[in-house]
Amino acid sequence: MTTYEGVDGWSALGDPTRRAIVASLADRPRAVGELADELPVSRPAVSQALKVLKDAGLVTERAAGTRRIYRLNPTAVAALRDQLDAFWNRALTSYGDVVEQAQVEQESEES
Amino acid sequence: MTQKAAAVVRRQIVVEAPVDRAFAVFTQRLGDFKPPEHNLLAVPIAETVFEPRAGGHIYDRGTDGSECRWARVLVFEPPGRVVFSWDIGPTWQVETEPENTSEVEVRFIAETVERTRIELEHRNIDRHGPGWQAVADGVGHDQGWPLYLERYAALFAETAA
Repeated sequence: MTTYEGVDGWSALGDPTRRAIVASLADRPRAVGELADELPVSRPAVSQALKVLKDAGLVTERAAGTRRIYRLNPTAVAALRDQLDAFWNRALTSYGDVVEQAQVEQESEES
Repeated sequence: MTQKAAAVVRRQIVVEAPVDRAFAVFTQRLGDFKPPEHNLLAVPIAETVFEPRAGGHIYDRGTDGSECRWARVLVFEPPGRVVFSWDIGPTWQVETEPENTSEVEVRFIAETVERTRIELEHRNIDRHGPGWQAVADGVGHDQGWPLYLERYAALFAETAA
């Protein structure tokens, strides 16, 4: 599992500007300039916020010509998947116990 | 695509029971094996109801009578197969837009007369990806991010343990 150096994971989202950037990137990937245009903060402030989000693993960047395009890491889906995996693992283990217990009870009733 | 592959959970288990019993226990006693913290109600769950027909719902009924319908039964074919939607989004709220929901298929395969293999596939988890929009909408709501992140953080704690 990745560790997020320097940023206490999710505290990256404890800032209104960074949350606004996440919300914007949730809509679609954007360049720094686009983010600065639509948010009430300066371009350097956007860059600084993006750096924190990147360090936290929430945002990835790629070059597109001379621009850098930022997008959300599909972290939410991955996290949800992990949770569902753990959920079903536990559920099926318990299910196995229940179904075999039910089987034992039925057999003892029949005998 | 790797990302697509990552959006599926597959699990299987073999039980010492005939296939019809395995199917009946899964659909009639879901509340007995579902992890208890899986509860979107404000009160403890009194019972979990699995309506045994396509078009039915799976819902939790709370001790105060409140209900949470968190799945739609899509296919109900005893004793071999059941498919239901998973209408719970990334922010742990009921997802009302069907296009943003994932689905769970459970197959019951008789290995012998007394033994059944259950194959479970929870797929299209990335459809909750549009949940990012829900997340964006709910980004200022305390029950959204903080709750989700708290659960997310617990994953790391588990991994580290």
